Amino acid sequence: MPTSELPQTSAWRRILGEHYRIIMGNRLSAVGFVFIVLFLVVAIFAPWLAPHDPWEMLYDQEGEFASLRPPSWEFPMGTTHLGYDLFSQLILATRTTLLIGAISGGISILIGANIGLIAGYYGGKVDEVLMRFTDVLYGMPFLPFIIVLISLFGRELEFVILAIVLIIWRTSARVIRAQTISIKQRQFIAAARARGCSHLRIIYRHILPNVLPLLLLYAAFNIAWSIITEASASFLGFGDGETISWGGMLYELWLSGKTRVAWWWFTAPSLCIVLLVTSLVFVSRAYEEVANPRLRKR
Amino acid sequence: MTGERLLQVQDLTVRYQTQMGETHAVSGVTFFVNKNEVFGIAGESGCGKSTLIRALMRLLPDNAKMSAQSIEYEGEELTRLSEAKFREKILWARMSLVPQSAMNSLNPVYRVGDQVVEAIQAHKNVSKSEARERVTELFDIVGLQPDLMKNFPHEFSGGMRQRAMIAMSLALDPGLVVMDEPTTGLDVLVQERILRRIREIRSQISSSIILITHDIAVIAEMSDRIAVMYGGQIMEQAPANDLFDTPCHPYTLGLKNAFPSIRNLQQKLISIPGSPPTLLGAPSSCPFLERCPFCVQQCSQRNPENITIQPLHEVRCVRHGEAPLLREKASEKETWRSLN
Repeated sequence: MPTSELPQTSAWRRILGEHYRIIMGNRLSAVGFVFIVLFLVVAIFAPWLAPHDPWEMLYDQEGEFASLRPPSWEFPMGTTHLGYDLFSQLILATRTTLLIGAISGGISILIGANIGLIAGYYGGKVDEVLMRFTDVLYGMPFLPFIIVLISLFGRELEFVILAIVLIIWRTSARVIRAQTISIKQRQFIAAARARGCSHLRIIYRHILPNVLPLLLLYAAFNIAWSIITEASASFLGFGDGETISWGGMLYELWLSGKTRVAWWWFTAPSLCIVLLVTSLVFVSRAYEEVANPRLRKR
Repeated sequence: MTGERLLQVQDLTVRYQTQMGETHAVSGVTFFVNKNEVFGIAGESGCGKSTLIRALMRLLPDNAKMSAQSIEYEGEELTRLSEAKFREKILWARMSLVPQSAMNSLNPVYRVGDQVVEAIQAHKNVSKSEARERVTELFDIVGLQPDLMKNFPHEFSGGMRQRAMIAMSLALDPGLVVMDEPTTGLDVLVQERILRRIREIRSQISSSIILITHDIAVIAEMSDRIAVMYGGQIMEQAPANDLFDTPCHPYTLGLKNAFPSIRNLQQKLISIPGSPPTLLGAPSSCPFLERCPFCVQQCSQRNPENITIQPLHEVRCVRHGEAPLLREKASEKETWRSLN
């Protein structure tokens, strides 16, 4: 039979190809994507790329203590008042920042998507409970929340991530719930039900792929927000003191009191934050165009 | 026509809880379907046709309550089955549905063939390639090229999607296929092609079909027996020929008037004045009362009961005895106008 040799393409593989086209189809999102890949490479190979230990007091070739040096051949991004190499710090901080972004962005979209799908699909009391819970979180101001959380548990990275996740998932849950409600009323969901599909199968096989563009848009948003949130938390001194992040670098600068002198100290981490978040927003913009075609060609 | 019984529904009632009160969308419906038979259910929008089959297949929304004295299917009492058991054993495997607006019933993100495969694998423990082979057979039955399996729903025309849904409904060789408005929303040529296809399928498979439509012409052409529904009740049911040759219920007479006849092209169509009842509360009078040109005192006092006037021909009308007179009067336009 000729059709027995049908290619065994899974829906997911086709969907991945589609996403590649979505990202590359838009110049800004393609640029953003390239930057994200670059940051990823830096993050993965950070320990091999960094020329120095980030907490090593450095001396220059003349043997003098290299404190607060502006960018030069020897120290491409300058040094801190304690003689730490900012270039090495930045590279290692990339790893932390991306890790936090990916983990908290990923977990928050996972929670948000599931809560949104379940609340939207089942409706009624389930929806009521889950959405009121989300509303409560909306009333939670971020800084007092993170202060309480970190003073309760400590400043380790996992608690910083936990605090970020708990704050960030709420928006994605709301948006995905709304989309789920609209999809579940479509005829093909009723047809799937009539065919004997279970609720879970309908949620994850029939509704999920249909909310995927929106979900990825919010995944990108969530990652960007996690990075910004981590930076501000670190800057305020609520970051993990053991690992170095871009926000943490700015916090060190603040502590040193050299803000007015060492322009190179804040330039690099700030630019990195802006660049990465902008790249993520550009990529998410491409998804927004898919989710909302009215944005196209303006 | 005394075939073997496939489905016997006794006294099925469905009520919707609404803000205005309890709506009796289906009340006291009794009918049967024989093996290898097409049973047509006709009626205008809102008469309870779709609710009836949704109740039968347990796909009612949460605000609906259903009760029935008995629903016997292939010798099994369905009212005693739990929701889960019904879903597992009966739904789709033995009783399948071509849903209303079947054209929109395919998930846009999956290939059409894969969706049929999903339907098969949900009920049968077969490998993907075995299921695919079955899909090839099914596509052949409904007249679709087997390589169309790889296409997405948006690449199909409306008629092709309809046929794909019919293929899906036949996937597990169910004893009964319910087709809810299978031709609505298609243009006349495609309608004709779908109907021809359904007729061809009938000769190839052994399933019975319940055909639901508001289109009298379709039902006349396709069905062995016909039930006419109005206001949530079956007003008249009879073998197709009897129903069209000797209709007894005023509503059936009115419906017949409202459709063009091929034999008499000059004939002006006569419509039934008024609109269907709201169905709030249990029926206490004939639901057709307000629109019926033949109503008498008795009609408003109680809901007329079902009367068998000859074998297989049942009617719910107090004036069933005067049928020849009613038939004669109903063909005059004046009869229907006098109501307004």
